[in-house]
Amino acid sequence: MKKAMNEMKLTFPSRSANEGFARSAVASFLSQLDPAVDELADLRTAVSEAVTNCIVHAYRDTIGTITIQMRLFADGRVVIKIRDRGCGIADVEQAMEPLFTTGGDDRSGLGFSVMESFTDRLRVSSKAGRGTVVTMEKYIAVKERQATLA
Amino acid sequence: MVVRIEQVTNEITAWLSGELDHHTARVMREQIDAAVGSSSANVLRLDFSGVGFMDSSGIGLVMGRYRLMQSRGGRLLVVGVSERLLRVMRLAGLERLPVWEEKTHKDTKKEAYKK
Repeated sequence: MKKAMNEMKLTFPSRSANEGFARSAVASFLSQLDPAVDELADLRTAVSEAVTNCIVHAYRDTIGTITIQMRLFADGRVVIKIRDRGCGIADVEQAMEPLFTTGGDDRSGLGFSVMESFTDRLRVSSKAGRGTVVTMEKYIAVKERQATLA
Repeated sequence: MVVRIEQVTNEITAWLSGELDHHTARVMREQIDAAVGSSSANVLRLDFSGVGFMDSSGIGLVMGRYRLMQSRGGRLLVVGVSERLLRVMRLAGLERLPVWEEKTHKDTKKEAYKK
């Protein structure tokens, strides 16, 4: 596997006020690849869902640490890992079913559906009681300007 | 996220603005439900034209208010949804709900979004 040309790691507490911060930080780092408006919006939305899951589910009654690791590759591939050390998901397949939610009336149960639709690849790995890692990949159309980064 | 609420006779309009996520949706929901609950309004209009970002929390907001208005024998209307927001709403099939006011999605907003 090729080496990432740039990467960042971000750690913050699972306070809902940080949902917007996480989106902005990811978008800001991604701007190096000069993404199209839609590509940027897709990743902002997917990251928002993943971070919200950590806050609403992983750390339901507590405040814990959320870590975002983001790597950029020369071919335009972006890999984002969002990790928590929360309660974990007992049945990942069920959790990823559209409309399934344990979040109550005003949660749509579509968080994973959004992540799946707005990225090119989604992987969820979880251990009950240990935490969850959501890995999302997306290809950003490479433009000439990007060469200046390499 | 800010929500401005106005009532004219039996219609309540809530203008949403800013970014709509799980954090901001809670405050909006509380304000909207309080306004509806303390009135005899039978129409609630959610105006999304000031919303620049929305994740699936927006779906929950719409579906919850749809149920709320139905339980009161009233009606929810949704206006000002950009093509971008509609992409998220479509994942829940919201485009099939009978809530869309004319000139809402596609044509008019598509142009506005491109600018």
